[in-house]
Amino acid sequence: MKTDIILAGVGGQGILSIAAVLGEAAVNNSLYLKQAEVHGMSQRGGDVQSNLRLSSDPIASDLIPLGKADLIISLEPMEALRYLPWLSSKGTIVTNSAPFINIESYPSLDELDREYSKIPNKVILDAEKIAKESTGTVRTANMVILGAASSFIDLPYESLQDAIRHIFSRKGEEIIQMNLKAMEAGRSFAAASQA
Amino acid sequence: MKHQLLLGDEAIAQAALDAGISGVYAYPGTPSTEITEYIQMKSAKESADVACRWSANEKTAMEAALGMSYAGKRALCCMKHVGMNVAADAFINAGMTGVRGGLVIVAADDPSMHSSQNEQDSRFYGDFAFVPILEPANQQEAYDITRYAFDLSEKYHTPVLIRITTRLAHSRAGVHRQTAHPQNAMSLPTDSSDFILLPALARKRYKQILALQDQLEKESEGSDFNSYTDGSDKTLGIIASGIGYNYLMENYPNGAPYPIVKISQYPLPKNDIARLVKACQAILVIEEGYPFIEKQLRGLLNMSGTIHGRLDGTLPREGELNPDLIAHAIRKPVVSGSEVPEIVTSRPPALCQGCGHRDMYDALTEMVRRYPNHRVFGDIGCYTLGALPPFRAIHSCVDMGASITMAKGAADAGVWPSVAVIGDSTFTHSGITGLLDCVNASSNVTIVISDNETTGMTGGQDSAATGKIEAIVAGIGVDPAHIRVFEPLKKNMEQMKQIIDEELNYNGVSVLIPRRECIQTLKRKKK
Repeated sequence: MKTDIILAGVGGQGILSIAAVLGEAAVNNSLYLKQAEVHGMSQRGGDVQSNLRLSSDPIASDLIPLGKADLIISLEPMEALRYLPWLSSKGTIVTNSAPFINIESYPSLDELDREYSKIPNKVILDAEKIAKESTGTVRTANMVILGAASSFIDLPYESLQDAIRHIFSRKGEEIIQMNLKAMEAGRSFAAASQA
Repeated sequence: MKHQLLLGDEAIAQAALDAGISGVYAYPGTPSTEITEYIQMKSAKESADVACRWSANEKTAMEAALGMSYAGKRALCCMKHVGMNVAADAFINAGMTGVRGGLVIVAADDPSMHSSQNEQDSRFYGDFAFVPILEPANQQEAYDITRYAFDLSEKYHTPVLIRITTRLAHSRAGVHRQTAHPQNAMSLPTDSSDFILLPALARKRYKQILALQDQLEKESEGSDFNSYTDGSDKTLGIIASGIGYNYLMENYPNGAPYPIVKISQYPLPKNDIARLVKACQAILVIEEGYPFIEKQLRGLLNMSGTIHGRLDGTLPREGELNPDLIAHAIRKPVVSGSEVPEIVTSRPPALCQGCGHRDMYDALTEMVRRYPNHRVFGDIGCYTLGALPPFRAIHSCVDMGASITMAKGAADAGVWPSVAVIGDSTFTHSGITGLLDCVNASSNVTIVISDNETTGMTGGQDSAATGKIEAIVAGIGVDPAHIRVFEPLKKNMEQMKQIIDEELNYNGVSVLIPRRECIQTLKRKKK
């Protein structure tokens, strides 16, 4: 088994929390994992990405080769498109639909729609809206996105739930339940849209 | 023990703790910062007796680490690659004195300049100082190599340099730990001339160090971290060092057809390389950073046969490597996905909304623009982002502390107003001595120490300057009437502009201190 994932977003959106949950779940399933992060200067509102590789066999490179990613998980619609050269022809994009506009040259929503219409495998969802509806706060939007991507990752869903329980254990039962609920809401949305 | 998911930086930190260090000495710098942060976090959690406060700069860090080694205990010293320039005097002379307790230096290089002003390769420093270099390929090796480095250091009484690059520093993988080594007891040298590099003693010492090089080369030949793997196809032999080895093996999941020499320990294992050159028609050198191995192999006359690498264009001359560049070099097909759509635009980093540096720049740029010949010399930190729109406020960014001294030199040349913008942590790192030069020469400069009470760009580490800036500046001899402290806030804009204009027009050294806590550290405290 092997899943190569590119996590994308804007500095501060919380892609590393998604990576932490996947990492914890991978270790508990005795999988090999490599996860390259971006720290430092780029975290200041710039574009950020993380290469996350899961495999039942040892992994050589920390970086995913071009055209080999199975999945792009993005918290921002334009940011997902930045990594298309790495997405395999059979790969899927799971992205938040809400743009994060902190630059003047941000494309129009029509332009974004046109680009997404060319992509065969995708799940596009308004993660903030779903987070708000299911948990009362937009802060769980990253877990909504993870939930929407969960069926494309070769990890048992229960392991992701356990990972959330472990990672948020210090923040208390209420926060754990909120994040579990957000992940579940994202997963349901993806299941309904794929049906 | 279950394996732990650790960043390359954290694997080094955990290994140093397990190797029984009594101190870590460092100044924050991407991509090295997480080494010291991990040790600080672990030491606090386990109440370990490890000295781990941030140092004022890399030179003070290196010297303190050498002092701990002098007293027989193990010390780690970490920095980003350009920190090696600051620490170079101490590093190279530590190579001359030799060490007692294990002394390991980690230099984290940043090829492709993700967060740096150049991509210098620290392996040259190791070579320059006659110090053995270790270059781990992956996180487990980062752990194992760090454990080994302390033993190697004590065995040959030499500092050891571990060189990593951004990708390993900031990538996570599972790591297994080994049994921990207790801390060394304090002990002092019996020969009191051991660490005295007076010329007569230094000449003797230098001969010993040159003689040591053969032994260090033998260590490399027998090292578990270097290897020769034979292959049936001798049309090419490959030398791959550090993380470059991973990118090579990514292309050969079932093993390579060519013979491969993997290098993670220097001086270079001459026998392995000679064997490869003899057996193969051509050689490909894969290394992250400068063509350090490739240049040695070619030599001036290029008599080792056909050598491919960064110097003949087989691999790019600059920038980070990746599996695709290696695939191209070994003529394997790369099937890229679809192209990046044209509508995707760059999203450069920016000063945070609500950051005090923003208000400082708003006031400063409005005032200096009244003087057409003004120049603002910048420095290294979050406020370097003031070079980008909408501010376009600074005219230089060179090295830690250069704002003050460049402003002085430009003022000496007749530039007016000559302004420096430096952060609080950068000021105590390398700005103090430059300010003394300004005071002694009564230079006509205006120095802005933009104080956010932290080391911001690297993620909010303690700043050595906090609570001390006015006292330092006054102590150096700046006239207290021209040390102006204010709070950079929108509501104070008129007051700020007035103070700035008064001090621009003062003929002498003025120091402005806009002070407001970093909004990132403030947010974290509120949580």
